[in-house]
Amino acid sequence: MLNALIEPLQYGFMQRSLIVAVIVGIICAVVGCYLMVQRLALLGDAISHSVLPGLAIAFILGANIFIGAFIAGILSTVCINIIRTRSQIKEDAAMGIVFSAFFALGITLITIVQKDNKIDLNHFLFGNILGVTLGDVRDTAIIAFLVLAIVILLYKELLFYTFDKLGAQAVGLPVNILDFSLMILIGMTIVASLKAVGVILVLSLLITPAATAYLLVTRLHQMMLLGVGFGIISSISGMYISYFYNLPSGPAIVLVATSLFILAFLFSPTQGLLTVNNQQP
Amino acid sequence: MDGTNTIAIRDLGVKYRTLEALQGISLDLQPGRLTAAIGPNGAGKSTLLKAMLGLIPAIGKPVMYGDRALQEQLDRVAYVPQRTQIDWSYPATVWDVVMMGRVKKTGLFRRFSVVSHRLAKEALARVGMLELKNRPIGQLSGGQQQRVFLARSLAQEAEVFFFDEPFVGVDRKTEAILFTIFRELADAGNIVLVVNHDLGESITNFDDLILLNKELISVGQRQTVLQEENLYRAYGGRVNFFSEESVSFAA
Ligand SMILES: Nc1ncnc2c1ncn2[C@@H]1O[C@H](COP(=O)(O)OP(=O)(O)OP(=O)(O)O)[C@@H](O)[C@H]1O
Ligand SMILES: [Mg+2]
Repeated sequence: MLNALIEPLQYGFMQRSLIVAVIVGIICAVVGCYLMVQRLALLGDAISHSVLPGLAIAFILGANIFIGAFIAGILSTVCINIIRTRSQIKEDAAMGIVFSAFFALGITLITIVQKDNKIDLNHFLFGNILGVTLGDVRDTAIIAFLVLAIVILLYKELLFYTFDKLGAQAVGLPVNILDFSLMILIGMTIVASLKAVGVILVLSLLITPAATAYLLVTRLHQMMLLGVGFGIISSISGMYISYFYNLPSGPAIVLVATSLFILAFLFSPTQGLLTVNNQQP
Repeated sequence: MDGTNTIAIRDLGVKYRTLEALQGISLDLQPGRLTAAIGPNGAGKSTLLKAMLGLIPAIGKPVMYGDRALQEQLDRVAYVPQRTQIDWSYPATVWDVVMMGRVKKTGLFRRFSVVSHRLAKEALARVGMLELKNRPIGQLSGGQQQRVFLARSLAQEAEVFFFDEPFVGVDRKTEAILFTIFRELADAGNIVLVVNHDLGESITNFDDLILLNKELISVGQRQTVLQEENLYRAYGGRVNFFSEESVSFAA
């Protein structure tokens, strides 16, 4: 049994991909908590789809694709905000318009360049974790360090701001900076996750572990810590399942995370479908 | 009253796109007085509080507190928003919310001090919620939620207190606690402004009233403002209110 678990680790690619999967599992769970408590799950989806043209353009220019993706992600949120604040169109519609446009542009650009290059649209859409290089590991680790540092340093301010924006503004907290920090956190996390799971499935890593933890605990930091645990379990088990059964790794990770959610949904001591029989409002 | 620490509003206006929510508001808020802002739905009561704090852009001269703009002294203000604006399913406990009152004073990158812990505890005890400090906020009654918010504002050590509709959906017990504390705050020389809906008997708890409907209808001592013609102008019709001369109600 133990041998079976150690066996895959003799391969360098497996070591690298496991490290990246675990790091991504950690930061997605933490940042996903902020998305969830602000009911911004859709924004995560919007940004993740919007990074695609940034990836493509960075690739064409030979620039760092992390940076290209990040700029596109931030640009999309700026567009969403302009539409939302300068017209009567609500946020959800603004997101729908912007992210589908960015996504379409991204697919178009990648399709054009993939003819002459050895790149594959599928790797952008669904990730290619087995192809991570040492450079990718390093970049992911740097992003994770920055993300966790921001969350720890601004923890109490972000707690206040995400709970009560008006109240936070009223005591004179720098709400624009806090809002921008959240955008940066979301953008960096999504970009770091692209290799592992791709644009389509990253939302699951952001939301599912956070939501699972939300069913079990009642404070934000507890939710983050437990979510990190679920993220790590999902990443490691997903990678092994994908190795032994020769399945795509992104979907395997997502399915493990979803299974954990279903367990919590059914058996949570306070909110479980099977453990709490009185009607929820 | 020496008048150095009054809040002075001069010709304040607020526009939401094309909608004129408030115009030409001029009034003073005195320390030591318990003041209520009243008026019909949509009169601009919440807008007035937000505009004073700079939470929404306003037209006109900046609102002054003492000899400086109020917006430059937000650390001296405690603002409690309308309870319905808050997502009460947020993963936080009573304690977490009260400690938010200490975030600004604590400063960036710092941990809460021993003093902050003590102040939060005292604030919770004052509103009678200390035993519930570890309870998730989603499991509180409306009155308890309001008391947690009051405790958060007390923990701030402010001098100016703005409460938006604190009495909506709270029971008698909480109402009594709120009024007791509002009075204590005013007696301690603070400025206390409460947006209120109810023109019934509880209105007699206030010293001064601000009657609004997009513009200032009347301001001053309670008895002066609570006149039938003022209320008629504000509400565009006859309204029931608690009249102190005779216990009569207009129909
Ligand atoms: N963010 C906003 N955007 C556009 N219009 C707004 C906004 N907030 C308030 N208004 C409008 O401004 C007017 C005043 O609103 P405000 O919330 O200040 O009234 P209020 O006196 O607090 O009412 P209530 O008793 O219902 O709380 C209303 O007509 C309202 O529709
Ligand atoms: Mg209001």
